[in-house]
Amino acid sequence: MEIRYRFLLLKHRPIRRSVGFWLLMALLPWQSLSAAGGMENGREPVILPDLDRREIVEPEIDTEDFEISLFAGVLSIEDFGTNPVYGARLDYHLSEDFFLQADAGYSRASKTSYELLSGSAQLLTDDERDFTYYNFSLGYNLLPGEVFIGKGRAFNSHLYLIGGVGNVTFAGDDHFSTNLGLGYRFLFTDAFALHLDVRDHLFNSDLLGEDKTTHNIELSAGLSLFF
Amino acid sequence: MASTRPHFFLIYLLPLWLLSALAAAEERYREVEISAPYIELQTGPGRAFPAIHAVGRGERVEILKRRTDWFKLRTHKGVEGWVHLDQLSENLDHQGEPLHLDAPRMDDFSRRRWEAGLLGGYFEGAALLSAYGGFSLSQNLSAELAFSHALGNVSSQLMADINLVAQPFPEWRISPFFTIGTGIIHTRPRSTLVQSEDRTDQTANVGLGARLYLGRRFMLRGEYKNRLVFTSRDDNEEYSEWKLGIAFFF
Repeated sequence: MEIRYRFLLLKHRPIRRSVGFWLLMALLPWQSLSAAGGMENGREPVILPDLDRREIVEPEIDTEDFEISLFAGVLSIEDFGTNPVYGARLDYHLSEDFFLQADAGYSRASKTSYELLSGSAQLLTDDERDFTYYNFSLGYNLLPGEVFIGKGRAFNSHLYLIGGVGNVTFAGDDHFSTNLGLGYRFLFTDAFALHLDVRDHLFNSDLLGEDKTTHNIELSAGLSLFF
Repeated sequence: MASTRPHFFLIYLLPLWLLSALAAAEERYREVEISAPYIELQTGPGRAFPAIHAVGRGERVEILKRRTDWFKLRTHKGVEGWVHLDQLSENLDHQGEPLHLDAPRMDDFSRRRWEAGLLGGYFEGAALLSAYGGFSLSQNLSAELAFSHALGNVSSQLMADINLVAQPFPEWRISPFFTIGTGIIHTRPRSTLVQSEDRTDQTANVGLGARLYLGRRFMLRGEYKNRLVFTSRDDNEEYSEWKLGIAFFF
């Protein structure tokens, strides 16, 4: 310490000397004052500050309003046969009654009966047979209740109505679509559920000449996790 | 031998890691002291589910989880059941202070940090679907990322935008905002009508709109935008779009 002070005070350059000097002058009285204040002239302070602080870190409550699910099933693509469909859904439960859903699915159209009968005629190329869709929907839990399996087991379940808008990409084009469906949610535990869904995807198509509304009905089963 | 390593990891280590993560998550729960005459525990998170157990005044319960406005509780005897926010919030926490359970109000709407929403509307006569997420930089300014899909008879457009949104009156229930942003637009002409290539262009947009606070953590959002597309051809294109939708905040 002393070596450092000496360096500050006795250095030959006048600016350094004065800065070091004034720095020491400024610091020393404060140090002695604060030391005296802590001891209160050697006596204990009369009033002790209440230092017994309360524990304020509350554990967070685990909120599980989101539900993610994977599903598989069959999709009846109008005029193009019934085909396997796979997809995923993300639900956000707004209240015990309503939930928002974003979902996406993939299927692949098989041949129309015309293509099968004619032998070689192809209405769509290989890439154009891909059927992908996504939707934004609003769901309403219709019949909440319990189901009983055996004597001593009760499981929560809901029947829900769902509808929304989205896009269907089929035959190389994007189509605005609406969807309407009915689903059943069976909760194995509070966080894990089985879904059974019937969903109609409607969109306008002029693929076979005239412009018409096509109904593409999907039956699926899925497993979901609340988080 | 080397090929079995990933299997070993998946079969033995991953479940172990998951189990340990689950065990760690089950350490502490928030405690509540029942100060109402009693509360009823129901079998499920909904008003229709039957009550199975009553917890009397003075008893302590743990809050295991929350779903929408319902809380799953566990008594010291190990009985578990669900109770509604309204019934639970009348009680005291483990230090005897009133419970502060998160029931978002107008103040929280003004001070929101994250928001996200789904909107539908029109883009030059075509149906428009849009999803966005936003982060508040301050009470008046937020940054948003938006994806939109316009579905027309002649073509469809996919748009991705980064927007800056300014709201001069965050404390208003109907809060107007102005937005400015830039992004890209990808146009796919309809295959059955025209023989034309897909193209991707840069766009810039300005707009105005309003958020209406609906209650809890939900809001209605409507906006109008004027979009300029910088094409590689001689003329730039100008589009107008409007949309309306529901959004929620955190």
